[in-house]
Amino acid sequence: MKALKYILAGILFGIVMTKSEAISWYRIQEMFRFQSFHMYGIIGTAVAIGVVAVAIIKKFKLSDTDGSPILFPDKEKTWMRYILGGTIFGMGWALTGACPGPMFVNLGYGYFVFIVVIIAAIFGTYAYGFLMKKLP
Amino acid sequence: MIEFISQPWPWYTSGAVIAFVMILLFYFGKTFGFSSNFRTLCAMAGGKKQSALFDFDWRSQTWNLLFLVGSIIGGYISATFLSGNGAVAIADATLNDLAALGIGAPQGLQPTEIFSWNALMSVQGWIMLLAGGFLVGFGSRYAGGCTSGHAITGLSTLQMPSLVAVIGFFIGGLFTTHVLLPIIL
Repeated sequence: MKALKYILAGILFGIVMTKSEAISWYRIQEMFRFQSFHMYGIIGTAVAIGVVAVAIIKKFKLSDTDGSPILFPDKEKTWMRYILGGTIFGMGWALTGACPGPMFVNLGYGYFVFIVVIIAAIFGTYAYGFLMKKLP
Repeated sequence: MIEFISQPWPWYTSGAVIAFVMILLFYFGKTFGFSSNFRTLCAMAGGKKQSALFDFDWRSQTWNLLFLVGSIIGGYISATFLSGNGAVAIADATLNDLAALGIGAPQGLQPTEIFSWNALMSVQGWIMLLAGGFLVGFGSRYAGGCTSGHAITGLSTLQMPSLVAVIGFFIGGLFTTHVLLPIIL
């Protein structure tokens, strides 16, 4: 049961990413060309609801299923890695039309060539781990 | 009902469901962040000898790997039982821009010019799929998160670093779309 709830959450994620067409390279191109509101609407709605939900969780000090308080630890306040890492990520996002989640959803959908993209991404993460001490 | 949810979902429904997934993971005591799985997979492959980044008990991240497995199943279910996705109805302006790059109108979710085994026979295919994937894996870990961790969760929790990362996503994405793609394709 403990395992099942995460699989079910993942299934819901996979379905919504497919049915919203957010896993489509075409939709990401449309977004980066500012030619449709679709992707902005998806992310905007998710964030708007998310902001309210997080505010409610904080205000009422809600707990998770284990009874521990739900906390939102602050990310470290350095900037170089966010802007440089973000830019590198964005380049890959525009090329593959997929961020990490949609790579796997595409695989399940039947676009098997995404296994190549996934393996490349694992190598990319591996390369970052290897180089991280030398990066700004 | 099945027919109703088999159509493409409008943006507001999709955004709400994604927020629900994030809140569900908070409720389970976890944080929505998909790219962490790449780090976990590197740790499982024995990466801790190479980098401190991979020196942690990957079993603590099993929940996220299960979420990953679920997302693959979700894609399969959509294709098999909820297959309303025909051609993606993108804007005419995008159709024209892509036609100029030699990418045809959508017939499914992905352009076959890029997402096919045949594409791997060309230099373009290698750049789009292999270099693209590599940059996503490298950049997401460097930035400490991807769309789910920064754009959705980070912005929902009002984290400035996540806003900076999202601005970076767009700097890289806009540069690639408007400057690099016309050269590559």
